[in-house]
Amino acid sequence: MESKIKELSHIAALINQDILTTGRDCAVGVHIGGNLTLSQIMAVLFFEVAHLDPKNPDWKDRDRIILSKGHGNVALSSAMARKGFFPLEELDKFDTFNSMLSMHIDKHRMPGVEISSGSLGHGLSIAVGAALGAKIDQADWQTYCIISDGEMEEGSVWEALMCGANYHLDNLTVILDRDMFTIEGHTEETMMLEPLADKLEAFNWFVLTVDGHNIKELLDAFNQKSPDNKPKFIIANTIKGRGVASVEGKASSHFFKISREDAKKALEALKSADMEA
Amino acid sequence: MNDKKQTQSPLVGLPSRKAYGKVIVELGHQYDNIVALSADLAGSVNLAEFSKVFPDRFINVGVAEQDLMGVSAGLTLAGKIPYASTYAVFSALRSAEQVRTDIGYNGLPVRIVSTHSGITFGVAGATHQALEDLSFFRTIPGMAVFSPADAVETAAILRKTVNLDGPVYIRLSRVAEKTVYTQEFDYQIGQPDLLVPGEDVLLIATGIEVGESLDAVELLKEKGVNAGLLNISTIKPLNTQAVIDILKNYKTLMTVEQHNIVNGLGSAIAEIIAEANLNLKFHRHGIMDIFTTSGPYQDLLSYYKLDPAGIRDTLLQVLDS
Repeated sequence: MESKIKELSHIAALINQDILTTGRDCAVGVHIGGNLTLSQIMAVLFFEVAHLDPKNPDWKDRDRIILSKGHGNVALSSAMARKGFFPLEELDKFDTFNSMLSMHIDKHRMPGVEISSGSLGHGLSIAVGAALGAKIDQADWQTYCIISDGEMEEGSVWEALMCGANYHLDNLTVILDRDMFTIEGHTEETMMLEPLADKLEAFNWFVLTVDGHNIKELLDAFNQKSPDNKPKFIIANTIKGRGVASVEGKASSHFFKISREDAKKALEALKSADMEA
Repeated sequence: MNDKKQTQSPLVGLPSRKAYGKVIVELGHQYDNIVALSADLAGSVNLAEFSKVFPDRFINVGVAEQDLMGVSAGLTLAGKIPYASTYAVFSALRSAEQVRTDIGYNGLPVRIVSTHSGITFGVAGATHQALEDLSFFRTIPGMAVFSPADAVETAAILRKTVNLDGPVYIRLSRVAEKTVYTQEFDYQIGQPDLLVPGEDVLLIATGIEVGESLDAVELLKEKGVNAGLLNISTIKPLNTQAVIDILKNYKTLMTVEQHNIVNGLGSAIAEIIAEANLNLKFHRHGIMDIFTTSGPYQDLLSYYKLDPAGIRDTLLQVLDS
């Protein structure tokens, strides 16, 4: 277990590094804040939990990963490239004209991705549909859906939450990137979401709350079986813009281009933390 | 143009939505990856029989049209062919972005079969009448859009489109359409069907208005007008050259649709006429860019001049103008 955590922590650090360098080298900016929240989640999901075959992306029995918060595509691109779906060099062209990898996911350009996304509040219904499809076929594959807390303000998410519980989709796991911020500010000031765990439990989901940057807690949550055939909802508490000192934990980390100086500091801190681990 | 069989279809006289209810069961037996979904309207959209025959392949998402379209998109990730049905006004408007982004942008093989289109749910009023759905669906890239004239053509379109790669929209009515086709046939996607050749004057109709126009053609004969009738049931992708080849034989055209005249069949034909530089007298007839009132269907049909007498009178006015 210790070596597994160490290995996944290292992968998370590499994803983190990719987000920082992409944020530094991009033309205009990327969603730094809400990508740095995803490094550990992506590492655990792509390199331990999900059953995928990068050489056969259409494998019928693959697990389906739906990134509902499509602006998290830097973290997803890094994880998928490092998993072998496409060359890592594609990240160098992120957001350039007609590039494979862009601010929001375009499945027609990005090999191995399940669905184009970017508009908030869509992914959970799609994930419910995929999970229902697996249930109809009595197939074992799982569906994972990563959503943002801003998305939780969309009514369509609550339609999907009702549907997932109604159909007892214990083959569906939602991971909420709970960084507490939307573009405009703190969620509890802009549009109150709490008490979120209580609300989700009242909607008949099996709810777990973890530190979204803690590999072990994430692994334990993924591995825990839902009682009563309930779909699983992991509230992953994260820190927006984690690792970039000037914006960490601030709404201002949402979308920008990292300065060379900030990137250098963040990359050095990341390297030393990774070596210590 | 159609490969017609000899016997009369048992679907003749049924409302298009009831034909859907029967054909979707037939297709369900042929394709085990077909699933059907409704948003708490299985009875109205005629999926009740499918839900009984294939209970494990029927999903009611509740009164949640955005979820209906999103879930349908997701089912394709499991290799399913989803048939998502609700009233046309809701599929076009309530779930518009899910249709456009989840289904359209991703190019997924979801079949959106909508009922209660046009003013066919008359008493329900403007909230339930669908006069914008063709407009919306024809603007989605890759979306095939069909507006069948009656039950038999509905069945032909359903059978023909089951294996299309991309998304499909099929617009059905609440009430029974007048019979246009009596024998089952192999539908040709995109092909206009010249039902009555006529002379000089051509009515171009879609959906439930094809049957109304067919009767209008008879009324016009009594007035000495030998009007032709063209059925356009594929709104998109329409074989524009085939349409041009027909239109250039006429001097006056009038489109007839149970839809807002803005961006429905009339607009689609206007685009063809303008781009082909056809020198024609042209009029769009339909719901004239207003919100409709409520009432029994036949009363509304007459009030908005979409019954045979109203179509006749409107065309005579166009010819006199």
